[in-house]
Amino acid sequence: MTEPNLLLLLILLPFMGSVLAAMLPGNARNAEAWLSGAVTIVAFAIAIRLFPSVADGGVVRRQVDWLPELGLNFTLRMDGFAWLFTILIMGIGFLVVLYARYYMSPKDPVPRFFSFLLAFMGAMQGMVISGNLIVLAIFWELTSIFSFLLIGYWHHNAAARDGARMALTITGIGGLCLLVGLIIIGHIVGSYELDDVLASGNLIREHDLYVPALLLVLMGALTKSAQFPFHFWLPNAMAAPTPVSAYLHSATMVKAGVFLLVRLWPVMSGTDEWFFIVGIAGMTTLVLGAFFAIFQQDLKGLLAYSTISHLGLITTLLSFGSPLSAVAAIFHMMNHATFKASLFMAAGIIDHEAGTRDMRKLSGLFIFLPITATLAMVASAAMAGVPLLNGFLSKEMFFAETLEQHSGVWLDRISPYVATLAGAFAVAYSLRFIHTVFFGPKPVGLPREPHEPPHWMRRPIELLVLICLIVGVVPGMTVGPYLHAAVVSVLGDRTPEYSLSIWHGINLPLIMSVVALVAGVALYFLLRGYLATCEDGTPFLRNLKGQRIFERILVTISWRMARWMEANFGTRRLQPQLRLVVFLAFIAGLWPLFRAGFTPKVPTLAGVDPVFAAIWVVGGVCAIGAAHQAKYHRLAALVLMGGAGIATCLTFVWLSAPDLAITQLMVEIVTTVLILLGLRWLPKRIEEVDNSISATSRMRRHRDFALAVLCGAGMSVIAYAMMTNPLPYTISDFFLLRAYTEGGGTNVVNVILVDFRGFDTFGEIVVLGIVALTVFALLRRFRPASDSVGVPEQQRRQNEYDDAAEDREVGTTVHDYLMVPSVIMQWMFPVTILIAAYLFLRGHDLPGGGFAAGIAMAIGFLLQYLAGGTRWVEDRLRILPVRWIGFGLLMAAFTGMGAWLFGYPFLTSYFQYLDIPFIGKAPVASALLFDLGVFALVVGATVLILIALAHQSVRSHRVRAVEAAKVEEQA
Amino acid sequence: MELVLSLAIGVLVSSGVWLLLRPRTYQVIIGLALLGYAVNLFIFSMGRHLIINAPPVLEGGDPIDPMTFTDPLPQALVLTAIVIGFATTALFLVVLLAARGLSGTDHVDGREPER
Repeated sequence: MTEPNLLLLLILLPFMGSVLAAMLPGNARNAEAWLSGAVTIVAFAIAIRLFPSVADGGVVRRQVDWLPELGLNFTLRMDGFAWLFTILIMGIGFLVVLYARYYMSPKDPVPRFFSFLLAFMGAMQGMVISGNLIVLAIFWELTSIFSFLLIGYWHHNAAARDGARMALTITGIGGLCLLVGLIIIGHIVGSYELDDVLASGNLIREHDLYVPALLLVLMGALTKSAQFPFHFWLPNAMAAPTPVSAYLHSATMVKAGVFLLVRLWPVMSGTDEWFFIVGIAGMTTLVLGAFFAIFQQDLKGLLAYSTISHLGLITTLLSFGSPLSAVAAIFHMMNHATFKASLFMAAGIIDHEAGTRDMRKLSGLFIFLPITATLAMVASAAMAGVPLLNGFLSKEMFFAETLEQHSGVWLDRISPYVATLAGAFAVAYSLRFIHTVFFGPKPVGLPREPHEPPHWMRRPIELLVLICLIVGVVPGMTVGPYLHAAVVSVLGDRTPEYSLSIWHGINLPLIMSVVALVAGVALYFLLRGYLATCEDGTPFLRNLKGQRIFERILVTISWRMARWMEANFGTRRLQPQLRLVVFLAFIAGLWPLFRAGFTPKVPTLAGVDPVFAAIWVVGGVCAIGAAHQAKYHRLAALVLMGGAGIATCLTFVWLSAPDLAITQLMVEIVTTVLILLGLRWLPKRIEEVDNSISATSRMRRHRDFALAVLCGAGMSVIAYAMMTNPLPYTISDFFLLRAYTEGGGTNVVNVILVDFRGFDTFGEIVVLGIVALTVFALLRRFRPASDSVGVPEQQRRQNEYDDAAEDREVGTTVHDYLMVPSVIMQWMFPVTILIAAYLFLRGHDLPGGGFAAGIAMAIGFLLQYLAGGTRWVEDRLRILPVRWIGFGLLMAAFTGMGAWLFGYPFLTSYFQYLDIPFIGKAPVASALLFDLGVFALVVGATVLILIALAHQSVRSHRVRAVEAAKVEEQA
Repeated sequence: MELVLSLAIGVLVSSGVWLLLRPRTYQVIIGLALLGYAVNLFIFSMGRHLIINAPPVLEGGDPIDPMTFTDPLPQALVLTAIVIGFATTALFLVVLLAARGLSGTDHVDGREPER
């Protein structure tokens, strides 16, 4: 496989592994570990295979076009620095998988764990090798999300949930800022490609938007790397399983922030703003993190603050802006990952074996866990910066860099003292970790009797500690070439001369180290007594917790302010909301006219056809009458609404749109029947002369009236202006000219619906089907209001009459009611079907088509219900409207897919003339089949809606009967 | 003709908006239907021009002058809008009835206003 494709594989492998891992059974710990281990090993091998290509400043690229028009490409780009991170992600990833196999208990749902872990691995890998800023931001956010899921892995634990939420909130806010920052950078450079960005350093630094971009990017980087003042999420993230802490929260994810700083270091560093913001954040974090670490009672808490401090060290180095400090920063990232991951794993073993991580309870564990203790000691020594270990090398480089004067300002001058102080703190907490846990008297009251863990659980630590040692002793021969590749890829021509040897003679950095070592040891023994018993947390600052401040802010924003907003601006009443919507719509309609200086035309009465005007006098009166009557006289309002509908229908006829007229007429019928069916379930409302209307409600009415008149007048003016300014050319010409030649139909409207814009029509019928099913589903659970359950007034009277008359039984009148019309309706059934078929078949060439025919057919069914009643029809006819809907949808979809068979896109139509015996030559178009689908769906949907509603009366009969039976039983 | 149609649209919109702002669900449903007529007519009238007595269909494959025909595009749009309008009216009606069954009132807020 070619190298660029290997890059793609590097990301795809973990994600595919994640999907697979999620599907394994819940107790398959071994299978999960084998799968995850295999993924990481293969990815690791791929990385090794790629090294020669990136060794000397080379870059491997793979580009997949995504939205090239917007400059957005899925670009992958691996250089030496990304390669080093890849090794870190996959190498430590493998060790963590191995460790997790033994760490996770058989009771834990492991598929979820390994699935998230692998997905995180893929996201992190994508982040380090993305060659496009936007792609980088996406992977960045993905790492935050998987970190959230992993911290909250034990979601029955409140601390895990809170920690996860806090981590996501902080890093998520940072991620959003980062995205904006990266977009600004992309705007400055004119491209989101990392290669282009890296080539335009001067452009970015001198741009007016440099400071906002810098602030936003730093917001992302500093939150992710838990730098002060955003550091507090990391200790709370320690509620995660220890393998997650070792992997995400010390070795990889928290390094993403400093990774990004290094990535953008060549183009953004070197300015005063950079030095001050990054420097102050870094140095504060360095010192405070180390100081807080001393006072933690939880092993993982100590390690978390130590991680914060070390990340601060890297940030400080990056703030200097000199090439040598960048080298030291990259080197320290690697070193920190190795010793900190091994320490976390050791802490996990101690927790596992002793049953607690509280340093007040732990003591003298050396005799129980001699090997683990030795390993932890070496790793802590590396953390403290003891010579002959890798931590020492990068710490010496750091000290040397602080001594260099970069700009001579106060921050630069205090940096050596800050560094030494932090070094002393680091020695103190490292010593405390070892001394408290492994030495001293035998522990008392441990939840468990500790002993060495399974040796495969220890292997990862052994390997990491070995690396610490070897790198510490012979750095040049081991990491030399890899570090060089990373440094060259970041610094390019600015790569400085640097030496990785352990002995540089007695110089100032060495003296600083010795001072730190001595001071640290002294500090620890000074504080020892206090630390053995004190509460968890830093003295004096115990109550000033970032967590508490964060939660207070969260409560204020998401609860108090939200409540306040709701109380002051919100309403649960529909009317004010609708009033606002209408008002805003009016303003939105008016605004562009006002802006463009619109002057309405003076209308003329010339050309007004008196008949047409008369139609609309009636139509308008109907509309106003409906508006007036809708509250107290519902039936009248319905009839009047129908009047307005008929006027609309006649307008369509008048203006040469027969298709619309037919459809409007049909829909008018079914809508009327539909609402008639609904009327029965609405409460009685009797008009009374009400003098008690309050002033406010009268005010409201006046306001609504004014708003309604304004909207109507506005629409009139706009409509008039549009109609009197005919358009010279529209896309309609396209349809008119090609309807016959390309669609094979002379009814252009129908050809547009089933052919040119067939996909839209497909969407519409899907909506129609969904609505019908929703109506059906809603009505299945329908409970009428109690005052509507009784028999309607008319039926009640008829029944009373039947009851009183001697020769009649109850129900006879209802049965004979409307006898003549119902016989006619029954006889008209075949005729209606014929009309529907006629409308359907002529649709392609003459007014008609699937929509109109479908509703006509539905009306045919409806008439039978009206004529014979629900029971009578259903004893004789099985309609199954849901099947009609299904058939219609499948028909339309399959017709569309049929085009695929001939290599055309979805819904490409085909037509030909066919000689049918006795009938003659007739056009046959695939669009006709599509229209058949439309027809079937419209029939099904309309009938389903109407029948579902009609059935309520039958059901309520049943409900009444059941209720009556209950009453009788009780009596 | 244009004047009459635009006034008609205005009257329909006014009636519809008035009803939309009323407190009873039935008023709102009638209002939406009236607004639906208005909007359909409005879209229909946005075509190139309004013609009376224009041929609604083509005659075979004869070459034509598009200016002598009615504008088919807004018609196609309105045709589906009419059917979808029916569907939404049905949905709204059922929601209205269900809300009335659940809350015992036909007020749009699901409860009678306090007096």
